[in-house]
Amino acid sequence: MSKILEIENLTVSFDGFKALNNLNFSMDSGELRVIIGPNGAGKTTFLDVITGKVQPTQGRVLFKGKNIQKLPEYKIARLGIGRKFQTPRVYLNLTVRENLDLVCNQNKNVFSTLFGRPNSGEQRTVAGLLETIGLDTKANLSANLLSHGEKQRLEIGMLVAQSPDLLLVDEPAAGLTDEETENVGALLLSLAESHSIVAIEHDMEFVRQIANDKVTVLHQGALLCEGTMEEVQNDPRVIEVYLGEAPE
Amino acid sequence: MNLEFETGIQRKQKERRYKLIEIAVILTAIIILAAILPSVIPAFRLRLIGRFLSLAIVALGIDLIWGYTGLLSLGHGIFFALGGYALAMYLKLQLPEAQIPSFFTLYGVQELPWIWQPFYSFPFTVLALFIIPGIVAGLIGYLVFRNRIKGVYFSILTQAALLVFYNFFNGQQELINGTNGLKTDTEQIFGVLVSSSGVQRTFYIITVIALFLVYLLCRWLTSGRFGRLLKAIRDDETRVRFSGYDPTGYKVLVFAISGAIAGIAGALYTVQTGIITPSIMQVAFSIEMVIWVAVGGRGTLIGAIIGTLLVRLAQTFLSESFPEIWLFFQGALFLIVVTVLPDGIVGWWQDYGWVKLRSLLGGNQPLVTYPSLAEDPDVQQERDSMSGN
Repeated sequence: MSKILEIENLTVSFDGFKALNNLNFSMDSGELRVIIGPNGAGKTTFLDVITGKVQPTQGRVLFKGKNIQKLPEYKIARLGIGRKFQTPRVYLNLTVRENLDLVCNQNKNVFSTLFGRPNSGEQRTVAGLLETIGLDTKANLSANLLSHGEKQRLEIGMLVAQSPDLLLVDEPAAGLTDEETENVGALLLSLAESHSIVAIEHDMEFVRQIANDKVTVLHQGALLCEGTMEEVQNDPRVIEVYLGEAPE
Repeated sequence: MNLEFETGIQRKQKERRYKLIEIAVILTAIIILAAILPSVIPAFRLRLIGRFLSLAIVALGIDLIWGYTGLLSLGHGIFFALGGYALAMYLKLQLPEAQIPSFFTLYGVQELPWIWQPFYSFPFTVLALFIIPGIVAGLIGYLVFRNRIKGVYFSILTQAALLVFYNFFNGQQELINGTNGLKTDTEQIFGVLVSSSGVQRTFYIITVIALFLVYLLCRWLTSGRFGRLLKAIRDDETRVRFSGYDPTGYKVLVFAISGAIAGIAGALYTVQTGIITPSIMQVAFSIEMVIWVAVGGRGTLIGAIIGTLLVRLAQTFLSESFPEIWLFFQGALFLIVVTVLPDGIVGWWQDYGWVKLRSLLGGNQPLVTYPSLAEDPDVQQERDSMSGN
């Protein structure tokens, strides 16, 4: 199987502090990879580098074999990498439908956005997405009236509307109730059928729900170990740095 | 599912009704301003209103970038002045063959500077008075936005640019008469004195039409996908980048359009004032433009017009009646708006005034809830029984 994302010897240092330290990472296309690690392990910096928000001090990031370093964020997004932030970031003053429509726009140049009209294909995509994320009855509500969980789902919907090949999801279950967490987990699993996904997560319950493939553990900016959930949980190094003590 | 479909149609009907009301209001306003007002009020007052309306045009431009795109420019005096100077230079050149504007002799300039040459042409001037400010705004915008300077740093930069232009224009005596500026009242346009009542009335009507056209342009820009993207940039620019849009292009375009609008406003203001001097680029004036928009209501367009007219009319009235203390009134007005009406007059009206008025007139208070709640029969029954007693 071909690799969708390869990261080679990646180092990011902020004023001498190495947020990522000689990190090597790769994943196959179609995979759902969960990345865990204690606070400050460099998980969010990892996503920042992939999406072009932070430039690495050293090393390369290859997306589908193409070096995406030095590209601005919007070009990386257009190549097919979508990112969901830790706190839901949707456009609060637009309606749910408008949020999706904006991302769905196929030609994102200034003048085609100004003069173009949404075509029927895009409208169908939006309608389909509204149903997938379960917000079709709230399509015309302003996004600031949504609950936290609904905003999370809307943002995941916006991510999919971008039709990316790789989804980067940063702590999608943070601050959700158990029921909402399970909804989001189910949504991620159904998306995993057609996308490659990198999910960063803290909530071990949630990790167990979604981690069918490999789990990667980061520690102090470097890769600590990689394997199935079972293997990772029983790895003594992981238990030491992350879980603190053996899980029940 | 059926219910949702019905509410969709209801919403469309409602939107159409609002649109018709809006068109009716605009047409009435144009008829009052352009046809009735000139024959009712004296020429001196009309000229004053004409100036206020041209200031309303620049306020629309400010609302476009500040209210919708979140770019607080404190330097729109630059673009306003560029438009004003363009038209004033044309008027200064309405002279017999081989003469140059008289102020040049003060500084011993014998030959017309090359920069004045194109302003012999009327079509060039008309284009220049909005294209030059547009290009200057686009250039400033490109340099600033490309380097991702935003927020308060952007505002400070625009103000610094304003000071640069202000000092430059003040120092250029041999080019544009420096501090003294260019007087337009005593010049001729198409063989008629600019200050004559016929020409002034024509400028007044052009101002009303320009205000209307600029309003339509801004309405078009702020509706649809482009307008929604502007709001998205205002609310979360980083998110916009990660959605695959490059905000720089959008911001440059909208800033350039806003500059061009300010140029039109400046030209119309100049001919109805009678003179343009670099003092139009004083910091206080550019900040006042922002205040008009804040008073009227950001991100509403109509609020920019209302705010400008209100503040300026209040200024005129108060400064005539209480010349010593009118500045205190002005200060009080701004304080009231900032503390009591953070969304401006139109924002207050939309959120509160309109609802209050409807309930006073016996209408229902509209409830904003989720559709699932609003359409729940139990909830509706409860509401009916509560409003019944």
